[in-house]
Amino acid sequence: MTNIAKSENTDMNMSSGPFVDVANTPKQQRAPKARVTAQNVNVFYGQKQALFDVCVDVPDRSVIAFIGPSGCGKSTFLRCLNRMNDTIEGCRVEGDIKLDGQDVYDPKIDVVELRARVGMVFQKPNPFPKSIFENVAYGPKIHGLATNKTELEEIVVTSLRKASLFEEVKDRLHEPGTGLSGGQQQRLCIARAIAVSPEVILMDEPCSALDPIATAKIEELIDELRANYTIAIVTHSMQQAARVSQRTAFFHLGLLVEEGPTETIFTAPNDKRTQDYVTGRFG
Amino acid sequence: MGGHIVASFDEELGAIDRLIREMGDLAQDMVSSATKSLLDNDVGLAQRVISDDLSMDDKQRQIDERAITLIAKRQPMAQDLRAVVGAIRMASDLERIGDLAKNISKRVNAVGSGVMQRKLSHSIDTMAGLVRAQLAGVIDNYVGRNADALVTLRADDEKIDVHYTAVFRELLTYMMEDPRNITPCTHLLFCAKNLERIGDHATNIAENAYYMMVGKQLPVHRPKIDETSISGDPR
Amino acid sequence: MTDLSQNASPTDGSQARLKRIRAGLGKRHAREKRFRLYGIVAIAAALTFVAILFAMILSKGLPAFQQATLTVPVTFSQELIDLEPRPVRESGQSAADFRAADLRWQRDVTLVNWNRVVEDAVRSLAPGSEISSRDLQSLIDSAERFKLRDAFVANPNLLGQTVDMQLLASANADNWLKGNINRDLPDSQQQLSAPARALADELYADGNIRMAFAWHIFTNTDSRSAPASAGLAGAFMGSLYMMMVVIVLAVPIGVASAIYLEEFAPKNRLTDIIEVNINNLAAVPSIVFGLLGAAVFINYFRLPLSAPIVGGLVLTLMTLPTIIIATRSSLRAVPPSLRQAALGLGASKTQTVFHHVLPVTYPGILTATIIGVAQALGETAPLLLIGMNAFVASVPGSPFDQSTALPVQIYLWQGNENRNFFEARTSAAIIVLLALMISLNAIAIFLRSRLERRR
Repeated sequence: MTNIAKSENTDMNMSSGPFVDVANTPKQQRAPKARVTAQNVNVFYGQKQALFDVCVDVPDRSVIAFIGPSGCGKSTFLRCLNRMNDTIEGCRVEGDIKLDGQDVYDPKIDVVELRARVGMVFQKPNPFPKSIFENVAYGPKIHGLATNKTELEEIVVTSLRKASLFEEVKDRLHEPGTGLSGGQQQRLCIARAIAVSPEVILMDEPCSALDPIATAKIEELIDELRANYTIAIVTHSMQQAARVSQRTAFFHLGLLVEEGPTETIFTAPNDKRTQDYVTGRFG
Repeated sequence: MGGHIVASFDEELGAIDRLIREMGDLAQDMVSSATKSLLDNDVGLAQRVISDDLSMDDKQRQIDERAITLIAKRQPMAQDLRAVVGAIRMASDLERIGDLAKNISKRVNAVGSGVMQRKLSHSIDTMAGLVRAQLAGVIDNYVGRNADALVTLRADDEKIDVHYTAVFRELLTYMMEDPRNITPCTHLLFCAKNLERIGDHATNIAENAYYMMVGKQLPVHRPKIDETSISGDPR
Repeated sequence: MTDLSQNASPTDGSQARLKRIRAGLGKRHAREKRFRLYGIVAIAAALTFVAILFAMILSKGLPAFQQATLTVPVTFSQELIDLEPRPVRESGQSAADFRAADLRWQRDVTLVNWNRVVEDAVRSLAPGSEISSRDLQSLIDSAERFKLRDAFVANPNLLGQTVDMQLLASANADNWLKGNINRDLPDSQQQLSAPARALADELYADGNIRMAFAWHIFTNTDSRSAPASAGLAGAFMGSLYMMMVVIVLAVPIGVASAIYLEEFAPKNRLTDIIEVNINNLAAVPSIVFGLLGAAVFINYFRLPLSAPIVGGLVLTLMTLPTIIIATRSSLRAVPPSLRQAALGLGASKTQTVFHHVLPVTYPGILTATIIGVAQALGETAPLLLIGMNAFVASVPGSPFDQSTALPVQIYLWQGNENRNFFEARTSAAIIVLLALMISLNAIAIFLRSRLERRR
């Protein structure tokens, strides 16, 4: 097995080369339209640099997974996309991050508006200590998306439906959201995020606190949401990245090592570091 | 390349690899013994080949079990995944090679030690030599992890096919000369066909080994000339 | 580990290891038991002291709620009450004229010799007694004649009638009957003269004097001339006004500054200094706040002396650090995931704080407030410096009126010269104060558990 790395790695853009069967190439492999583009992103925490010259495109209506060992900068990068890093003292971001061609770090852009366009789901399910209905209704309420009560109710129900949670909670919409199971809470958080109709949804290890069944439900949900939303997900589970994403980016020590179609990353990655990581040979 | 963080993962992969090598060695041995027993009309040797096939089947089952357990336990990725899937495929090819060798050995009695056999021994022997060389090359290059050599080897299969066509025509001629030859010739024809099939399996193994090492499939269409399907004139 | 495995076979090694572990085991368990014992002893000691305190206060204070009360038939006789009937407003009479006439009548009522009415009433119970007027008067609380007067003013038709009324016995009579004073002491050391003592005993034996529940403790104000009728109403209202001032000022200011410091203020040298000083403020002795109050609120702002408003302001200053520190720590205890959830949805910083963070901290803030207020309620020292230890014989109508406060009242009664009577009274006041504090804490616990359940 030691010789594999020695054998010549054919380049990615050899898709027209003699050894790749074009008919078998998955659709996603064709360069999709980018929704979010990041160019030469550098992030510093005080003196310490956390990300080095990261360039990634998040393609429209598909799922991109960020994988890598702990502390590799994948979560940091994810949080750059909706400027959640702003809340961290001493965090500085350089480089270009554009959402639909608009610079996210432009001083003229309103963070509140940005976050309404780029929603986020966190590692630990964190519903507000309020009722299920209020949890979902909160976003539309503060952004003034509903003009009256009926409209608000409609948004809540649609969002819960989209998050495949409605059937489970329709009889107890006014009970506290914290009374749900972990997996339901996370789906509630997803419903809350999609209630403001964001264009991009960021997910920071959304299943790390859930059991396998709940995880499977979330994964199924992510797959459904892909039709309407652009999703970027950070995960520690390579199997999960392989299951839910169309493209995968591997981060290591603050560098973007490799980014490509998920199939390639998990069956025949180009970079030795990626290979070592996905096969469990790291460190 | 460093080992896995989980050392027993390496051991499990190593065990599968070792089994493949053993099967490869056994397959080579069976093919040589089968041809030898056919040419020398050595019934004892033929019997040994037939019994070797049992061990071949057993090894294939072992590989299957180990591979499935490993997938379930470790969820291998990238090269590991390719190694495991490749091992399953190669094992089934090797097992088929064993079956075919056994089939040749079974025909030793039927062919007997008649005139036909001596007349043909040369061309069958040549063909068998090619097949053995092909198989040995594939196994050696798999063991030595030499992907480029595998690509060249694959092309060599063509030669076997050419030889098979020649043997086929020769046998046809004998059968037309004397209808009494038909029985032994038919058996010999099957033997030749079996050798040709062994070559094909060797080619499959080469393709799988290549995918396992490089991570890319060789193109499916390879030049293959089988003129026996057109009874009569080749194009 | 290594030396064990080197010099012995594996089983021997594990045996030796087990032995070593067991050798230390006894010691470890003993230490654990010892520590538990320390804890139990400490708690038992604390409980014992609390029990002793409560037992003492209750045993001393509870009898004060029962006071000797004389039930007598009072005759509003024509001879003694020689008055015109109460003026009625006649047609054509101006309002001012009528009021003047009415006031004149009321003054006349006051000038009636009510002492005599009381004396006659008591004498009617002991017809054979040769007791002097003075001695007889000494049995009845001197404020009781006003009770008769007030009853008459309220109902002038009583003239010429005889009604049964309850009159408080004087503090000295109460002491004598309860045995608070040694009955074997010679006359010169007794508070009551011999005939008065005899009459008191006689009335008590006849059942005319009974021990009745002393409601007036809650309804009367302090009194020096008539100690038996002294009550806590003035002090209670004073304390209540102060608490209102504290709650109205300290809670919003404290909570607002805590929120600003914790959520919005940049972390720099200045905020560090502010933080340190808030913590220092919490450690400043309360009497210093009293000095500050006297200097600033009374001398500079010219606020009235002895007024609950000033007391409230001083106590506000004292309570602020408590509320700020407790609110900040409960804000800090809010999991960051909640803030992230709100921010991630696009809520602004202020929306995040007010919609999500603050509601979670309500129980904490509430507890802090009640603890702070309870602490302020029990504070005496600063109030002494702003004149709240003055004797005030009226119930304050507003926070700007002169008043005293419960703990100060306790302090004043504790210093009263009529020790026999006021020792019990002091304890009674302490019971009232403690009851108030316990009920404040109970409210805090109740509200807290309700708020937490709602989450």
